[in-house]
Amino acid sequence: MNHMLNRTEKPPATWRVDHVLMAEMVKPGARVLDVGCGDGELLRLLAETKGVDGRGIEISREGVNAGVAKGLAVIQGDADIDLADYPDDAFDYVILSQTLQATRRPRWVLEQMLRIGRHVIVSFPNFGHWRIRLQLLSRGRMPITDHLNDTWYETPNIHFCTIRDFVELVREIDARMDRGFALDRWGRPVRLHAPWWFWNLFGEQGLFLLSRARHAGESDPGRLR
Amino acid sequence: MSVVRVDLETPESRARAIRREADEPHSQVVRFGPDKPLRLDAGVELTPFQIAYETYGELNAARSNAILICHALSGDQYVIGTHPATGKPGWWETMVGPGLPIDTDRFFVICANVPGGCMGTTGPASRDPANGEPYGLAFPVVTVRDMVRSQAMLLDHLGIDTLLCVTGGSMGGMQVLQWAASYPERVFAALPLATAARHSAQNIAFHEVGRQAIMADPDWRNGRYLIEGTNPRRGLAVARMAAHITYLSDAALHRKFGRRYQDRDAPTFSFDADFQVESYLRHQGSSFVERFDANSYLYITRAMDYFDLAADYGGTLAHAFRGSRSRFCVVSFTSDWLFPTSDARQIVHALNASGASVSFAEIESDKGHDAFLLEEPELFDITRGFIEAAARARGLPSAGS
Repeated sequence: MNHMLNRTEKPPATWRVDHVLMAEMVKPGARVLDVGCGDGELLRLLAETKGVDGRGIEISREGVNAGVAKGLAVIQGDADIDLADYPDDAFDYVILSQTLQATRRPRWVLEQMLRIGRHVIVSFPNFGHWRIRLQLLSRGRMPITDHLNDTWYETPNIHFCTIRDFVELVREIDARMDRGFALDRWGRPVRLHAPWWFWNLFGEQGLFLLSRARHAGESDPGRLR
Repeated sequence: MSVVRVDLETPESRARAIRREADEPHSQVVRFGPDKPLRLDAGVELTPFQIAYETYGELNAARSNAILICHALSGDQYVIGTHPATGKPGWWETMVGPGLPIDTDRFFVICANVPGGCMGTTGPASRDPANGEPYGLAFPVVTVRDMVRSQAMLLDHLGIDTLLCVTGGSMGGMQVLQWAASYPERVFAALPLATAARHSAQNIAFHEVGRQAIMADPDWRNGRYLIEGTNPRRGLAVARMAAHITYLSDAALHRKFGRRYQDRDAPTFSFDADFQVESYLRHQGSSFVERFDANSYLYITRAMDYFDLAADYGGTLAHAFRGSRSRFCVVSFTSDWLFPTSDARQIVHALNASGASVSFAEIESDKGHDAFLLEEPELFDITRGFIEAAARARGLPSAGS
């Protein structure tokens, strides 16, 4: 029992950089649903720094146990199925951190998130990163990187996309892109003002803040075009 | 608590023991006079009404560390420690105690016998003030909501306003849900295990088999067996045997017994208990009869059958939890076919829809419905974590401090 308490009471020395970046997008006191919340570290960060009312969905038993033991409200469930059960506008933010590529129906999941929450935060590994392109080109084998280190037959990631693919999907489902980042391998933003091809080549992950388009003309503002 | 083994030799002595335990239990008991009847859903005021209960641990000065445990159909208030009727350990020794997930070193744990029970809370074996005889079938039908109402009376008596946590499995879980719906402001955290927001048709059907077995026993005497000095042992034993199968799983029965023979190498070509599983079930039946009252079995199964929480809230379960500030943790077990995970998910969906704070875990186990009573490390971890977090949120000192 003591090991559990130690784990819950001592914050880790450092939060994950991409988590901190996500937390900065969230308004204090908001209602947040973290889809695929893992061991609940992002929810804990949000609770501690933003005082959010947080909930999580997690498919793995270990993750649920860890989350509940931290005092978080975590439901064992499958994003591909269970998002349908949430009412409209139930949350201010719905977060999907490094999970989109593991869903069976990424488009449906994204649409459900936009229905459930007013804002949606998504991060995903960018399959367009130069290292991945190079491996495929030079070796002709499915790429294995520090970030994506499972073999093709064992990976839970079944729907890879590039940053440009994701942006295209956002356009297709008529969502509004409010903020966007490409992150390096440490989760830090790469050059903020860079063209898409640069992000798509040098970002290891994409991180985006979306919202429902109020009307069609608003769906693609400013530099994120 | 002194251990008194009851004399089980004759139906008459058994009847005396049941009547004694009903009126003068070994537990602590609160007796409510005519000014404080238990108002039943059946439209009857039950008076005099008494509630028998056990407590473990110490209530803190702020009265903020109380955990209420709600027992299941065949359970009672003896959660831990030696049972006065059977001499056996309590029914939740693995979960409750010093240093255990429900830590009696830190929390004040309460468990009360339900109305309709036979361990000291007013039930069909209690003395009917109308004629001085045991109620028998004159006892009014009780509901899960009546059980919870009686527990609220007990808490008022003990001066406890808010429960840190209310928990229980199966029928105990039904009471947990009813607590959260009826007294949301008194429930800081709710931990319903292996339960449902309504009893299914299949479960009602199983209960009906049990009740018919009891009522078909000539010794049942239309429920007057305590007066006539008989005991419907066979009927109650069959009811328990049938029910016991539903508490296990095919896999658990197979693992425990397979097709193995009992004390023999070959079948006897008779109706003896050739198979271990038969012998086991017979033992379950006969040992249950030693500690349980047949009429109580009728009443308590009926209470479960009537349970349909959504029905009390216009048919929408989410309305039962509307505005609830309690934190919930719902737990189910993969091999529980009596209260399957789909039942638990219904509760979770309703809690989500009502905006309540809810956790949910389905625990992998082949032990069937009974898993909540057994050695399930994952259940212990989740319970410990959930209660620990609730205690922290309530400002109680953490473990070890």
